[in-house]
Amino acid sequence: MSNSFLIKTEKLYKKFPMGPTVLVALDNINITINKGEFLGLVGPSGSGKTTLLNIIGSLDSPTQGSVEVLGNKIETLSHQDAAKLRNNHIGFIFQTFNLLPVYTVYENVEFPLLLQDIETAKRKELVMQALEWVGLADRKDSKPSQLSGGQSQRVAIARAVVKKPELVLADEPTANLDAKNSHNIMETMVKLNEELDTTFIFATHDEKVMKYLKRKITLNDGYIQRDENISLNNQ
Amino acid sequence: MLIIKLAIKNLLGAGLRTWLNVIALSFSYVAIIFMQGLYAGMNNQMEASTIKVQYGGGQYWHELYDPYDPLSLDDAHGIIPNEIDGLIKSNDATSILIRQGSIYPNGRMQNILLKGIDPNQKILALPTHLLNNENGFIPALIGGRMAKSSGLKKGDFVTIRWRDAKGTFDADEVKIVEVINTEVSEIDNGQIWIPLDRMREMTAMQNEATMIVLKQDSQFAKNLSGWEFKNLDYLLADLRSLATTKSAGASIFYFVLLLLAMLAIFDTQILSIFRRRKEMGTLMALGMTRSTLIKLFTLEGSMHAVLAAIAAMIYGGPLVWYVAKVGYGLPASTNSFGFALGDRIYPEFTAGLIIGTILLVLIVTSIVSYLPTRRIAKLKPTDALRGKFI
Repeated sequence: MSNSFLIKTEKLYKKFPMGPTVLVALDNINITINKGEFLGLVGPSGSGKTTLLNIIGSLDSPTQGSVEVLGNKIETLSHQDAAKLRNNHIGFIFQTFNLLPVYTVYENVEFPLLLQDIETAKRKELVMQALEWVGLADRKDSKPSQLSGGQSQRVAIARAVVKKPELVLADEPTANLDAKNSHNIMETMVKLNEELDTTFIFATHDEKVMKYLKRKITLNDGYIQRDENISLNNQ
Repeated sequence: MLIIKLAIKNLLGAGLRTWLNVIALSFSYVAIIFMQGLYAGMNNQMEASTIKVQYGGGQYWHELYDPYDPLSLDDAHGIIPNEIDGLIKSNDATSILIRQGSIYPNGRMQNILLKGIDPNQKILALPTHLLNNENGFIPALIGGRMAKSSGLKKGDFVTIRWRDAKGTFDADEVKIVEVINTEVSEIDNGQIWIPLDRMREMTAMQNEATMIVLKQDSQFAKNLSGWEFKNLDYLLADLRSLATTKSAGASIFYFVLLLLAMLAIFDTQILSIFRRRKEMGTLMALGMTRSTLIKLFTLEGSMHAVLAAIAAMIYGGPLVWYVAKVGYGLPASTNSFGFALGDRIYPEFTAGLIIGTILLVLIVTSIVSYLPTRRIAKLKPTDALRGKFI
């Protein structure tokens, strides 16, 4: 498993010009993430969690260093290829759910499959399967505005996993949820991680999420403070 | 295909904002089609009326005749050529003799054109048969405008004065046998129509004419010595240029209307791109490329024009059909405008006009929709997801 890495960063730096100064958001990040991991990037606000997640997700590019995701060098990817990588291999879950308001639950989950040009019957099968996973098959015709926060995040999870991606990136997925919904969401993701062998990476500072993580990378001021394999420690 | 579905969904999902734009744009469609149809109808109607009562199928003018120079009338007459005489006898042409003269209605003098026409002619749609009534007086026809300016009415006698072929003044009385209600002012204003033979006697111009009007659709166009053939293109040139000027004036009106609708679309696009930047970020995160995003937003804007065309068809279709059928009533004062309008205009809404207007609005809307979306090309997915814009 250790040889089949999914993500590898080497001497990764991300800097943002802030007026006359430069903010170093990521400072010499070197990590390797393997397939099937359930990993959390933790740390206080401004520690670089979301920036690292965005670069891994090819939404942003590094200022310096190398990032390899599923065999693709992020720093050299064109906009077109980055979009293709996200469309085919990466699912995103956002803190504010980011569901498309004019679409129904079904259509929101169906959207990534439409971009992949998958035929209607197959699409329907995959969407219903994803909604079953998150327990929302009976709400498929609802609009996002008719859902609770927990339900909305479950729809976002279904949308992220419907195409069965190798990698799911979740940015503060429980930040807008109460304790009960947070646990439900995390349990759903653990189940999907085990059943689909999908790699999950969270950016979070939510204590409720920590106990579900199998690996925790703590960032502070853009550098890695600690990288712990919790499941091994627990054993 | 996907972006068309998405664009329709987004557009319908936007609710009232979409429908307000669609209604504003549909007004442009209806206004452009209505105004253009009205002017096309007016133009055709003017041409048809003028051909029917004045120009026929073209005219031969005496070589000295100049309708814009009254002084030319003294010499603008000549013997009708044999070729034309044959046409007149077979009812394929009719001749008109024109002289200057004066009338003295109600104790004042008024300059007129005295026109002699064969009472039995069938070439021009004028009630010239009324000139057959020569019961001890010279029968005369005048138009409504002439009646108004001179104060004459049917049954009135009025003294006319003219000069014969040798320049000698002569005078007599004519009786107004009818006041013609005609749309064509050029056969009305300042004119008195009397029987041709009587006029030839009065002017000592036997077998002479100033112009010969050919039957409609006549193919006769020979070169005749001393006479110049004027085809309909020449005769209608002024009328057509008037119609073009009127149509250009109307274009300003609908250009303003279209501009307002385009401003609304442009504004909506800007607002939409600003308000939906998080949605754009999400779409990019889901794997949509920037170029597809630009196409999607441009298409959304352009589809306002498609929806507006449908809306315009729903309420504008019956409206234009009704107006085309019953005509558009004109007030009586339009008779004094100087061109042949009649009581009603019947607009003409051709397929070309409708399709052309739809294409015009669609193209303009697409351009206006595209312009703001170019900003998306600079959009970073991470900025968009944060709600930050460019």
